[in-house]
Amino acid sequence: MKRNSYKKYLRTHKLPHIWCPGCGHGIILGAALRAMDELELDPYKTVAVTAIGCSARTNAIMNCNTIQTTHGRSLTFASGIKMARPDLTVLLFVGDGDGAAIGGNHLIHAARRNVDLTTILLNNSIYGMTGGQYSPLTPYQKTASTSPYGNLEQDFDVCKLADAAGASYVARGIAHDPRHLSRLIRGGIEHKGFSFIEGISQCPTYYGRRNKFSSPLEIMRWVKERSVRVKPETYNFSQDMDGAIPVGLLSHRNLPEFTDEYRKLVEQLQKGDNA
Amino acid sequence: MNSGCNMQFLQGNEACALGAIEAGVRFFGGYPITPATEIAEVMARELPKLGGVFVQFEDEIASIGAVIGASVAGTKAMTATSGPGFSLKQENLGYAIHVQIPCVVVNVMRGGPSTGLPTLPSQSDVMQARWGTHGDHPIIALAPYSVRECFDLTVRAVNLSERFRIPVIVLSDAIIGHVREKVVLPKREELTLVERKKPTVDPEDYKPFEDDGTGIPPMANLGEDYLFHITSNNYDDEGFPATNDHDIAGRRIKSLYNKIERYRDEIDDVDLFMVEDAEIIIVAYGSTARSARRAVMMAREEGIKAGLFRLKTIWPFPYDHLKAAAESANHLLLAEMNMSQLDSEVRSATHDLETKLHGLHQSNGMLITPYQIYDSLKGLV
Repeated sequence: MKRNSYKKYLRTHKLPHIWCPGCGHGIILGAALRAMDELELDPYKTVAVTAIGCSARTNAIMNCNTIQTTHGRSLTFASGIKMARPDLTVLLFVGDGDGAAIGGNHLIHAARRNVDLTTILLNNSIYGMTGGQYSPLTPYQKTASTSPYGNLEQDFDVCKLADAAGASYVARGIAHDPRHLSRLIRGGIEHKGFSFIEGISQCPTYYGRRNKFSSPLEIMRWVKERSVRVKPETYNFSQDMDGAIPVGLLSHRNLPEFTDEYRKLVEQLQKGDNA
Repeated sequence: MNSGCNMQFLQGNEACALGAIEAGVRFFGGYPITPATEIAEVMARELPKLGGVFVQFEDEIASIGAVIGASVAGTKAMTATSGPGFSLKQENLGYAIHVQIPCVVVNVMRGGPSTGLPTLPSQSDVMQARWGTHGDHPIIALAPYSVRECFDLTVRAVNLSERFRIPVIVLSDAIIGHVREKVVLPKREELTLVERKKPTVDPEDYKPFEDDGTGIPPMANLGEDYLFHITSNNYDDEGFPATNDHDIAGRRIKSLYNKIERYRDEIDDVDLFMVEDAEIIIVAYGSTARSARRAVMMAREEGIKAGLFRLKTIWPFPYDHLKAAAESANHLLLAEMNMSQLDSEVRSATHDLETKLHGLHQSNGMLITPYQIYDSLKGLV
């Protein structure tokens, strides 16, 4: 692979991006672009769908078909696209508030339906675009502008949620290790079914500043030090990790994919008509 | 479909579904809700036979989101609902208006607010159809008054949405949706179908929202020869966010309005019944217009010169048509199953006429009967 050949998937004339210095979202987008490049995805046959928030700023700078939708609803739009045109590769970039709060219902049902979509959840533990409010993925007791005395709520293990809902490919990577994350995303795109990849990002501007992280790197190191590589053969979602963050391909199974099942139904009905 | 006799005994909701299929709808995002569910049931049964897609989604929001996605992917798409579901769809409805994506939303109106009267008719979503989603925007809404019209106006809704790149609402109600009538539906070859206008420029020159002189930008589908971006933010002609440019923002909103205003002659649709010499004209639509028509005939038998101005297109409101019809009348009687939602529109249309406006409004889940309207007419003589 040529160095930087992934840049053909960038609308370079739309750069620079608008993320804050030190934000991890660009690293995760880079990991996704490298995966697209390795798979040689045709930009004309690829659709990147986002919704609202910092995560939604990924696709305007991507060189493929790109649709930014309403808050939390990207999976519904993407489902319609994939069901109408199963030949298209559909990627989603969602945020932790976007994907796990307002869009949480769509996440579990898209996973259950097992539509062939690859969803990358950029988890920076905060609502960044609106100035740092707590999300369902803000850890317990961490501070945000709407949890000034510390977050009283328990956070989701969003990978466990996706797995329990029926996602047939579930992985977690971190911005500290973009090559590994890129492999996980590539695996998700190759997988036929609903793929869910959590990419742990960092928000130095709101999450870091309020929680006494002195630099973006310090958040990345904090995540890295707690991350433990696991394998799907040995990992199970209910094992006690003692505060560690399981990273890698967490689960992978072959389940009937929705658009395949639908195509078979259409063929069966149309054959019946002709008989 | 049976050959020979084409007479069918159909429900309004069934006719609506069949109209959508004949108009080329091949994607339906559904969610169960009374009194609209039969539309989803017909689509679930028929669409896969035609290679189309029916999916029942997890909620009303998802069903319209998927409809918009399918439409961007090049498929004519529709969803159907009633009051509470229509409320839930409003944000994505606004998205489709904003980014100019064709789709059809059927609202079989029932009594509200909230869960209200789930099995009973109402016309109280007329203003929600106009202004339910936030922000300045145009909309097209059609109101069928018979089973046959459920078919015809759904075909028309699909055509208008493709023609003008705008969601079109079919405002049916629990009576029109559930009533069964004998109908002969038109044959496929008798229908005129409209397909969205596609770009013809070189892919490098394609600007998805650039006016080509018609006010309606050509629309590329996903997966074809053009790459494009769509954003829910205010956008420039290339489709990219322009959230700090007042000129672009103002032009965008005006262009959304203008593409509808400019083609009012294609969109406006009213049915005039005995209005030429009428001294009293009833203004009505949907199931109320059925009663109104009967009341006009009863009144005429008594020598009362009554007529009916029936709205088939409610939005945009046909101000000019109403003014022209009302000019020689002494009285207008607006009859609606709501607390007078169209009153200000009728007043606005007729404000410089001598014609007096009266209202017959009922919001209790009961159809306004011909006798109620007839009595109101007699009271005006």
